[in-house]
Amino acid sequence: MALNNETVLSRLKEHFGDAVLDSYENFDYLNIEIDASRNAEILRFLKIDTQMNFIYLTDLCAVHMPDQTGKELGVVYHLHNLEENYRLRIKAWLNINNPEIASATSIWKGANWMERETYDFFGVVFTGHPNLRRILNVDHMEVFPLRKEFPLEDSTREDKDDRFFGR
Amino acid sequence: MVEAPDGLHGEGFFATSLSKVIGLARANSMWPLPFATSCCGIEFMATMGSNYDLARFGSERMSFSPRQADLLMVMGTIAKKMGPILRQVYEQMAEPRWVISVGACASSGGIFDTYSVLQGIDRIIPVDVYVPGCPPRPEQIIDGVMRIQDLVKNESLRRRNTPEYKQLLASYGIE
Repeated sequence: MALNNETVLSRLKEHFGDAVLDSYENFDYLNIEIDASRNAEILRFLKIDTQMNFIYLTDLCAVHMPDQTGKELGVVYHLHNLEENYRLRIKAWLNINNPEIASATSIWKGANWMERETYDFFGVVFTGHPNLRRILNVDHMEVFPLRKEFPLEDSTREDKDDRFFGR
Repeated sequence: MVEAPDGLHGEGFFATSLSKVIGLARANSMWPLPFATSCCGIEFMATMGSNYDLARFGSERMSFSPRQADLLMVMGTIAKKMGPILRQVYEQMAEPRWVISVGACASSGGIFDTYSVLQGIDRIIPVDVYVPGCPPRPEQIIDGVMRIQDLVKNESLRRRNTPEYKQLLASYGIE
């Protein structure tokens, strides 16, 4: 049976019901928003179910939307069914005051460094991750630099004249 | 051929000061350590190649061990995570040692005014010559090396023992 957006969505709804919070299509690409507290079982099902068969985790990242009160941090999983060349995007929203979500490392080994990167830049805590520490930034960094409240520019420069930067 | 330094010469002899002879020898046998992290490093490869041929200036041998290097050439963006490594390389070099900062990124952070990039290597190690450009052409890199040669030729043999030099290193926290 060929996978398409309708079959994937209906199979997920059939198994997980109210854990599937929302779904929409961008450029024919199915996005599913799920209950963050049940992400591990849903992702595991997507991988091991013979019909779903999303054996490849293309990417795992996060987004910060400061205006969405109560669900500021979104963890995004990009999944790929290699046999049918069908792709799916899963989103789980977290409260920034308690950014904890279950790790996917036991499902896809490749999630290890992706989750470390997501922790490094957004401070999402992946519970059950074997080695959750910074991967790209310096170890002693005190901020999560891709969160919107932290400035992108280096804070140690003294030679910048605000008049030349429109400030 | 390199010009002989000022001195007395006559039939069968030549006399000059020791510091000038040593300066001449050092300046024309600099062993550079290329610390190339990005596109300036590509320009440096052209500088070493046969068209521009840095070997003409006595820098034939690239020293990939800091222990035997005289000149640290930092070429490219230095991320903050790379900073301690660069500093360690500098510390491993024996005196006398010189540093040339090639390109906008190594000199000032360049276009990368961001949380992850060191805003100029002179924040962690002392720099003798800055070469501007993004990236600089090989001619500019050669010019930078020649400015280093001028410094080497004219450096007092006692400079590395002076209180000023020790104070400079101490201001970077280097022993």
